[in-house]
Amino acid sequence: MHLGVSESMRECEYSQISTRSSTPMETPYKKRTPKKKKWESFPGRNKFYCDGRIMMAKQTGVFYLTLVLILVTCGLFFTFDCPFLAQHLTPVIPVIGGVLFMFVLGTLLRTSFSDPGVLPRATADEAADLERQIDVANGSTGYRPPPRTKEVVINGQTVKLKYCFTCKIFRPPRASHCSLCDNCVERFDHHCPWVGNCVGRRNYRFFYMFILSLSFLTIFIFAFVITHIILRSHRSGFLNALKDSPASVLEVVVCFFSVWSIVGLSGFHTYLISSNQTTNEDIKGSWSSKRGKDNYNPYSHGNIFTNCCAALCGPLPPSLIDRRGFIQSDAPQLAPPTNGITMYGATQSQQSHMCDQDQCIQSTKFVLQAAATPLLQQQSSEPVILTASPENGGSLPWPHLPHPGWPSAPHSHSASPPHRQSTPKPQLPRGHRHAANPRTQPHTQSQPPPPGAGGPPPLSYPGGNALATRYASLRQPPGSQSHRAGWFLQPSQPGLTTRGLRQRTGKAQLSLTMGYLPPPPPHVLKTCIRTTKLSCATFVPACSHPQFIFLSLLSRT
Amino acid sequence: MAETHSLQDMRQQAAVAAKVFIQRDYTNGTVCQFQTKFPSELETRIDKQQFEETVRTLNNLYAEAEKLGSQSYIEGCLACLTAYTVFLCMETHYEKVLKKIAKYIQEQNDKIYTPRGLLLTDPIERGLRVVEVTIFEDRSLTR
Repeated sequence: MHLGVSESMRECEYSQISTRSSTPMETPYKKRTPKKKKWESFPGRNKFYCDGRIMMAKQTGVFYLTLVLILVTCGLFFTFDCPFLAQHLTPVIPVIGGVLFMFVLGTLLRTSFSDPGVLPRATADEAADLERQIDVANGSTGYRPPPRTKEVVINGQTVKLKYCFTCKIFRPPRASHCSLCDNCVERFDHHCPWVGNCVGRRNYRFFYMFILSLSFLTIFIFAFVITHIILRSHRSGFLNALKDSPASVLEVVVCFFSVWSIVGLSGFHTYLISSNQTTNEDIKGSWSSKRGKDNYNPYSHGNIFTNCCAALCGPLPPSLIDRRGFIQSDAPQLAPPTNGITMYGATQSQQSHMCDQDQCIQSTKFVLQAAATPLLQQQSSEPVILTASPENGGSLPWPHLPHPGWPSAPHSHSASPPHRQSTPKPQLPRGHRHAANPRTQPHTQSQPPPPGAGGPPPLSYPGGNALATRYASLRQPPGSQSHRAGWFLQPSQPGLTTRGLRQRTGKAQLSLTMGYLPPPPPHVLKTCIRTTKLSCATFVPACSHPQFIFLSLLSRT
Repeated sequence: MAETHSLQDMRQQAAVAAKVFIQRDYTNGTVCQFQTKFPSELETRIDKQQFEETVRTLNNLYAEAEKLGSQSYIEGCLACLTAYTVFLCMETHYEKVLKKIAKYIQEQNDKIYTPRGLLLTDPIERGLRVVEVTIFEDRSLTR
């Protein structure tokens, strides 16, 4: 610490020091973790290599098959056919073959390893803002929100922009959400398993050049292997020629089947480029004249040449997901609660009045923590503390919520939150580059309480599906519920949760519900429901009152 | 009298009162443009003309980045011929313009927005989805 430094500077230094050199005594729950890079907590289902430089889809088996096919075929060609051809025809043949091969490999790797144009997910603040705008526009507070679309007129054509529930954004035109990679991709063409990646705005030209050059290479190898066999058969007969050069047979077979598919694909994409369409749009027939006389492609530049130039030689946008950047905390969002963040309705009147059933409360806390612990990251946010006051004749003080902008989501900031007491933070198993799958992380009912949790032993509960708590939503119940002591884990009842149980492929969902009355202020309720990303929610069920808290935790991997 | 806060000061001391998001304007297609509509939350803080001027300049800069002209074609062809290794040595045109935009936003923040208790966030940090305007608490009223 330097003496004589101005107050503001000292404050700055203090805050810097406090995050870096905290002693175990002061901050028992804050571990010194190295600064993480953004790719390490990327929310999509992508794999990253070389410290975030390489980005691929989750399933890469077929990509390796592609590589093997190309390498083996070309290897055989250069080893068995090229010496003969170079000797008896011209040495230019292996040279051209080599150049084509390098080009194919280069474009393949570039397509597979680059970011296709993934749109980063909305921050909590943005999502909240959008939600508010949508609700204002719709004016409804139903449990099933109306489908969210925005219409925009582009060059005379009405285009519908859809809202992506995963990424919490209105998708730009031509963008689409890839279910395999779990990302919204700009100018989404298709997800190609052969290259092990999505094909989108940033890598479409590489993909096109890959298939084009591969077509040439395939035709080239096919042609010259046939030439080789013919030349040999002139000398020693057809069967002898095959015996002398058995590799050629394999090459011919591979090339024969490849030619049809790859040349066909190249032709198709040439058509798409010249009309400035994506595979997605073509398959859906978005701009087909069959849909209507006035239906035309608003993105086309008018002529084939400009369309081709734009697709292949246009400016290459940079990646929007800063993979190798360090996860930063945004200081303004970390403003301590005493400053009164009123915008999101979090009140300061945190009445920590506990009802008499402490055991119920504590065990509820524990179960949520235990459920969330194997699946969530260490740096997680504040728990939601909902309190009930029996003196408060019927109207409960609204819960003190963590600021939605606080580093709450498991996949966002890694800044350590301010000191909090007893609820330990759930952890994601390290080394997993993609989101944890509840199936691979079986929830155990009898987990020992994490350190610092304190309290009584856990209450057992029925049906323990693993859940990853990303969202805690508070829902207004349709009417008063019967008093229930304690809590229960059950599939969501219709009409009680925002979205009910949604079964998605490969994901299990579970709703943990409890009843609550009276309804919270609407703006707070909605903000809580939709924007708070919590890793663990603790709450105080007002067990002694005929009131309950409805908490639905939607698990999603 | 407008209080002058340094950016660092604001970030360390001021509390966020609200955030306003300027969404994208897709009426010209997929080109990066932002809506120039003046948000009502900023009415008390900044002059409408000034704000719209900022957004318009940003839009022009993004349009320049994505422009299809001879320069971009030459760059594209050269890159293709060198198997994109040329970008190991030089920046793409888009990246150069993004740097220009970052500088412009910094300059606007220093001159216009920070003295009024506002902060513009570079859209690239939000995936070019929104221009985020952070409104800080107006301490001048409380002091």
